[in-house]
Amino acid sequence: MSDPLFWHRVQFGFTITFHYLFPQLTMGLALLILIFKLRGHEEAARFWLRVLGINFAVGVVTGIPMEFQFGTNWARFSTFAGGIIGQTLAMEGTFAFFLESSFLALALFGEKKLGPRKHLAAVAALFAGSWISGYFIIVTNAFMQHPRGHALVNGRLELVDFTAFLFNSWAIWEYLHNMSASVITAAFVVAGIGAFWTLQGRVRDGAASLRVGIIAGLIACALQLFPTGDRQGKLLAEHQPVALAAMEGVFRAEKYADLAIIGQPDVDKQRLENPIYVPGMLSFLAYGSFGTTVRGLSDFPRDQWPDNIELLYYAYHVMVGLGTLFIALMLLAAWQLRRGVFSRPVLWMLMLAIPFPYIANTAGWMVAELGRQPWLVYGLMRTSEGSSLHVPAGDVAFTTLGFAGLYALLSIVFLFLTGREIARGPEPVP
Amino acid sequence: VSGLWYGLVAAMLTVYVVLDGFDFGAGALHLYVAREDRERREVLASIGPVWDGNEVWLIASGGVLFFAFPHAYAAGFSGFYLPLMLVLWLLAARGLSISVRSHLDDPLWRAFWDAALCGSSALMAVVLGAALGNVLRGVPLDASGYFLTPWFTNFHARGAAGVLDWYTLLLGLFALVALAAHGALFLAWRNQGAVRERSLKAARVLWPVVGGGGLVAIVATELVRPEIYRALAARPWAWPLALLAALGLAGVFFFRARDLPAFLSSSAFLAGTLGATAAGLFPLLLPSTIDPKYSITAAGAAAADHGLRIGLAWWLLGMPLVALYMSITFRSLFTKARAEDH
Repeated sequence: MSDPLFWHRVQFGFTITFHYLFPQLTMGLALLILIFKLRGHEEAARFWLRVLGINFAVGVVTGIPMEFQFGTNWARFSTFAGGIIGQTLAMEGTFAFFLESSFLALALFGEKKLGPRKHLAAVAALFAGSWISGYFIIVTNAFMQHPRGHALVNGRLELVDFTAFLFNSWAIWEYLHNMSASVITAAFVVAGIGAFWTLQGRVRDGAASLRVGIIAGLIACALQLFPTGDRQGKLLAEHQPVALAAMEGVFRAEKYADLAIIGQPDVDKQRLENPIYVPGMLSFLAYGSFGTTVRGLSDFPRDQWPDNIELLYYAYHVMVGLGTLFIALMLLAAWQLRRGVFSRPVLWMLMLAIPFPYIANTAGWMVAELGRQPWLVYGLMRTSEGSSLHVPAGDVAFTTLGFAGLYALLSIVFLFLTGREIARGPEPVP
Repeated sequence: VSGLWYGLVAAMLTVYVVLDGFDFGAGALHLYVAREDRERREVLASIGPVWDGNEVWLIASGGVLFFAFPHAYAAGFSGFYLPLMLVLWLLAARGLSISVRSHLDDPLWRAFWDAALCGSSALMAVVLGAALGNVLRGVPLDASGYFLTPWFTNFHARGAAGVLDWYTLLLGLFALVALAAHGALFLAWRNQGAVRERSLKAARVLWPVVGGGGLVAIVATELVRPEIYRALAARPWAWPLALLAALGLAGVFFFRARDLPAFLSSSAFLAGTLGATAAGLFPLLLPSTIDPKYSITAAGAAAADHGLRIGLAWWLLGMPLVALYMSITFRSLFTKARAEDH
């Protein structure tokens, strides 16, 4: 507890986890609102814009600390890698945030002044801004996962190949996987609230949200698995095999490696307890053929193992398990949408499913970030080498508590305000 | 290239202070210029469409500082760990109070968020001034290239000084007065009726204080870091900035009856003052109080040239876009603010 590194990790981990609850809805919802507008569902578009406005404000307020923390908490990392990752962070500000913030106000308050066509353009600009912002952040993360386009000169990273850095193959698949996950969150929220209104007997209020939410949700759930999840897994097998071994709970190398659906990793004894396996499946998923050997943790020196294998393993299985259930639920809902009649159990399930994409998204990011450990920049800088040296543990512990309190307050205000909007529901077009 | 980026970072931070400065000032005067709910909604409607975009200038300048001068960002931000956490919380409180205040039609709820807006805005203005004071005074950078400053020590501006000493507090208070005066002219331009009358009244009281306070701040800076004025005197290319500040200040008094020119004058005053200060400080980013050889300079902290040139390419591409977005948003400002818009 007196180790500053521990507190720096807790502070960054906590604040980024809380922050990302909001942008994942903003980005997905911006797309769905654009769809609502294009399909002529003006009431639904207006309602979800109001929710987006509240959600966006919390996202901004919790997002500013993230940029600051690179400098405040990870000073040695910032000095080391700032010449590269600073590029994308600065570009995000220049190309995405100005666009988003300028058009959010117009999209929220300007419908009457702008008229329908310009208002549609404002919503499209808002969507573009939020998705561009996502790309720059993912490029930053992808550099930390799989550094490209850099050179190490005098102990610091320099940018030598901008295109290799900006169009890192890791960034492209990570981006697509992340954005479809963001659409899943928004689709589940939209469909879930539509289901809530329908259960309340406000069938007219819920119809458009149910329809767009379910169709978008089904498409995004499918894309999440294939090709985006599949390609992410293959990149992991190629470039971070030790992380893949930890995620799957593989301790010893295997040919025709089995895929563990469930089981508890025991890191001390180096084995998976009580597993249920699908034979040969892991080799196939990771390398495209059943006969390929999947390397186990024991093939790697212990100082390269991720430092929290249990959490990594469970986070990964939570993500994959939930993703599978999402596909099943959306298939069921899509079938009922096509039939034209929803059964109450399915509506209940849709409504109660709202929190789970948030959990799956969080678990997915935990997989990415825990799997990267013990590296801060993969293969180039260890996490223990990146924190600020002069900042005392007590300061970080203290401000972490401050953030916890502030964010608790933010959560209450957010739930209260969105709850009121949801209770009120869409208002008929005047 | 590092010198050019020094100028661009300084310019972006200046734009940030001019823009977010008027909504900090408006927030700080909120409780005084607007007494009843209708007037308060008018004030919020006048900053509502722009405050978020103004704050993006902070994020963008921070990002540009990070990429162009990574070590300055790392050392500066980690050295001011606690003060920056305070900034984050103040910005959160401000953003929240503007966003949620009018969602609920309850006098207590609204009174609470109005007070939160006023307090956080005023404190942010003080923080900006104190931050400038810390940069001008210098920080205890040593051979490690890093430092950590306590909140305060003995309030002397020399030796082992803290974040707060007489000099940084003085600049903090000066910033509060100057930004409040700046915000008053913005509110006068954007509003009508009682809010406009009270804003003009506030401006009439505040601007003479800004003039006097400015002289005090110049003398104080001469005591703390005299090199600035010597450097400024030796750099004729920076003189127009000082002239801009002087003309801006004169313009504020000259354009008493005309709202927009008065507000533009006040913007010119702030921009000229900050620009001239940066020009005098160049090439220092963070002076060391321990030994000048540990000071962080533009050339010493700059990222590699190739990256800086690439940055220049996308920066030149991005800024016209930013100007375009801002012109679209600000065009909506050329009608007076109405309470119905918030």
